[in-house]
Amino acid sequence: MTTPSQTVGPFFGFALPYAADWELVPEGHPGAVTITGVVLDGAGEPVPDALLELWTGEPGDRGALSREGAGVSGFGRCGTAPDGSYRFRLAPPSRPYAALLVFARGLLKPVRTRVYLADAPDPLLGSLDPARRATLLARPEGQDVYRFDVRLQGEQETVFLEF
Amino acid sequence: MTHPPYLHPDYASTVLRAPSRQPLEMKEDPEAAELTGPVFGHGEVDALDADLTTGHAGEPLGERIIVTGRVLDAAGRPIPGTLVEVWQANSAGRYAHQRDQHPAPLDPNFTGAGRCLTDDEGRYRFVTIKPGAYPWRNHPNAWRPAHIHFSVFGTAFTQRLVTQMYFPGDPLFAFDPIFRSIPDPAARERLVAAFDLDVTEPEWALGYRWDIVLGQTPMEDA
Repeated sequence: MTTPSQTVGPFFGFALPYAADWELVPEGHPGAVTITGVVLDGAGEPVPDALLELWTGEPGDRGALSREGAGVSGFGRCGTAPDGSYRFRLAPPSRPYAALLVFARGLLKPVRTRVYLADAPDPLLGSLDPARRATLLARPEGQDVYRFDVRLQGEQETVFLEF
Repeated sequence: MTHPPYLHPDYASTVLRAPSRQPLEMKEDPEAAELTGPVFGHGEVDALDADLTTGHAGEPLGERIIVTGRVLDAAGRPIPGTLVEVWQANSAGRYAHQRDQHPAPLDPNFTGAGRCLTDDEGRYRFVTIKPGAYPWRNHPNAWRPAHIHFSVFGTAFTQRLVTQMYFPGDPLFAFDPIFRSIPDPAARERLVAAFDLDVTEPEWALGYRWDIVLGQTPMEDA
């Protein structure tokens, strides 16, 4: 008898974020990449009170909560800024993607998706038409930076997943 | 159905945020990153973080309570060593959050955030104060029933759960679109803690018991 989900609400900001939560690797980590973008609602407006969690699939050797010291963690968390933006700094995952969860006021359960850093042969990408596939592909944007926007609703809605 | 739908118009914020398409059902993939999840070490969580009534100059105002229970998987097996995070309003119904504009007093001795790792038997235990009900602007005269927010990880990213624990007998249940977004009334009741005299400590604090059951991981046999 599974426990039902409820919204994270608007007031998690004093509780869930933690120091360097978005930094899976420290600044200057060799080969590190940044994934950044905005979360948008069905009217195309930024969502300023979302919480994103990124998981690469590998725990690594750095704390998931305590970011002391060097190394690589597989988990990060980032609350969106007033302009709806978020960012993660990570070591490139061994898979072509990282898993992403988005929580927000107005989401009674999180949406989950994947950020693909490369358009590699992949069962999920291969099952989608080009327009839908494009919503899962992070776009290179300068040196070691990838752009990935999350559109919760509408024409260009991000492909969300259920396991 | 256990979980609420994305779109529940009585909860106004869902209207522009609910995805319009059904989520894509993933094919079985034993290599999927989502079948594993982050591990949190004991060195990362301070034992004092489970007591929300300490850490300030004085004691918070309100009814002191103990909230405890187990984190279980879908087969009823305890999940040890998993991270549980909680946050809540103070006894007057005000969050220590800059965007909370409810004109109820802040309590200098209460922040309302805590966390712990479950023990070997999957148990968590928090000491806190009972949060107050508070108004919100969803509809005229809208009030949230008293609740504590819970965030739980489990062993796989697919099990990740954020929810709210409620208190038994709250008269606001009938009017709360968030609680009522869960279609099955029996499933709603699974968010309501039970008062427990065995958890209650004499001359000290009332006890509530609430178990959390995470979803099945996709590769698991039922």
